[in-house]
Parts: sequence; C-alpha cells; structure tokens
Amino acid sequence: MFTVIGIMFAGIAAGYLLRSVSILQKIGKPISYTIFALLFLLGASVGTNPQIINNLSTLGLQALLIAVATTLGSVCMAKIVYHFFFEKKGGEK
Amino acid sequence: MIGSIIVVGFFILGCLLGWAGLLPDWIMDADLSMYVLYALMFQVGLSIGSDKKLKDILRSIRPKLLLVPLATISGSLLFAALISLVISRWSVFDCLALGSGFAYYSLSSILITQLKEPSLGIQIASELGTIALIANILREIFALLGAPIFLKYFGRLAPICAGGATTMDTTLPIITRYCGNDLVFVSIFHGILVDFSVPFLVSFFCQL
Repeated sequence: MFTVIGIMFAGIAAGYLLRSVSILQKIGKPISYTIFALLFLLGASVGTNPQIINNLSTLGLQALLIAVATTLGSVCMAKIVYHFFFEKKGGEK
Repeated sequence: MIGSIIVVGFFILGCLLGWAGLLPDWIMDADLSMYVLYALMFQVGLSIGSDKKLKDILRSIRPKLLLVPLATISGSLLFAALISLVISRWSVFDCLALGSGFAYYSLSSILITQLKEPSLGIQIASELGTIALIANILREIFALLGAPIFLKYFGRLAPICAGGATTMDTTLPIITRYCGNDLVFVSIFHGILVDFSVPFLVSFFCQL
C-alpha cells in the first residue's frame, strides 16, 4: 500500500523533472491500456477463485445488496457535500 | 461511456478465461498484477508531475477536505444499516461490519472471519467473511466501472467517495482519468483516511 504511493511519488518527481518533454502530455493513452490489463487480471483472479465461484449464487446476492447500498450511500453523501461545500458559483469548472 | 464498456469487457474476459482454466500460471501470479499496478502508479505519477498546474493543485488542499472521507463513511454506514432491513440472515451490526470494508476486501474479509468466529462458529463466520470479500470486491468494481456515471449524476466527488479505501491506489488512475488531475491529492488524502478507518470500524461493529 505504501509502496504503491511511494512509486507514484517517484513518478511525480520524474514527471516534474521531465515536464518540458512534450510526449509526457500524452500519458493518458498508456494509462488507459494499463487499466485494461489490471481489470483483466482482477477478472482472472475472480474467475479462478473457487471460494467465490462456488458460492456465487447464495452469498453473492447478499454481497451485491451490501455493495450497491454502500456505494449508493457514499455517492449520495458525496453529492450533498459537493453541493454545499465545493461547488463553485461561476468561475472555472 | 465506450471506455467503460471496454473496461467491463476486459474484466469479463479475464473472468471467463480464468474460470475456464485457459490462463497460464504466470498470469495468475499475484505478483504480476502488483507489478502492473506499480507500472500504472508510476504513469499516474508522471502525469501529475508533468502537469503544468501542479502548484495550483497543492495549494488547493484545505481542512474542509475532511468532509470527503466523512461523506464516504457516513453514507456507506447509513445505507448498510438500511439494507440490513432487507437481509434477514444477518444483524444490523453484521451489515455495518460488511459495509465498513469500504472496498478494502482483503483486510475486511479476514478481520470479519476472525472476529466473528468466537460468537458465530467457524462455518458461519467464514460465510460472513466470504460475503465481505465479494461485497467489497464488487464495490471496487463499481468504483472502477461506474466512475463516469457517478461523475455525471452525483458530481465530481462521487467517484472518490464510491472508491472508499481504494482511492489512493487501485481506483486512483480511473478517478484521475474522469475527475481530472486537480482532484488527485483529494483522492489520495481520502483513501488514506478511509483506509485507516477500516480496521477500527470493522472490529467495532463485530463486537456489537
């Protein structure tokens, strides 16, 4: 977890030093490809986990309810907090 | 939208190939996905570091940013309590413990299994642990795939709050991609605080 953050900060330092190199402004595309690879690997680990696959129907529904509820609860609170504390009246964005 | 369909496609392809046993062992190596994540984080770092607006971003960190993790935690717990009315199998505190994983599936599932074993027995405790695992994996998947939808209907903080404890690593790239580089530090700050809350909240609700 902290390795991951450390690597990102190394990237920030490298990016800052090389910020005048124009190719770095197009980093969005390789980032997308790496996200695809990561999602593929996440899928592969779910597909090969018998603990998840075998109990999918019985436990999955309860898990789905919890996941939907907590995600929805968080984004609703996010909307409230954003609306009252962060939304800029006019100005940029 | 098309980008998020492609992402789902890659996830399902991985699921199917893994389930069918068509993937070579080196792909299933847990280290591989870790290195891919490292590569991703380095690229995200590069994009932040080379961003011409980096100084403006750093200047934008304020105490009111504490409201973002608070929104995540309060929203998740409130709705976990509500949904427990539908799930008769488990108590409201069990559901709150499940919801306190905030997508941190590895830690929350292990904690719940261990902490619930004395009171529920090993069989039922590991059932609850498996639900924690699936629910929090699903939440991470929702955060990864739903980011553009949350952004559109719930505002710029919603992809961050949906991501829970993962917004400083696994979901950070997708948040940067959709919300923009200026929210990167909000996302990391949020991820760190929510992450630290997981062991405390999960063990608190397991004892009730």
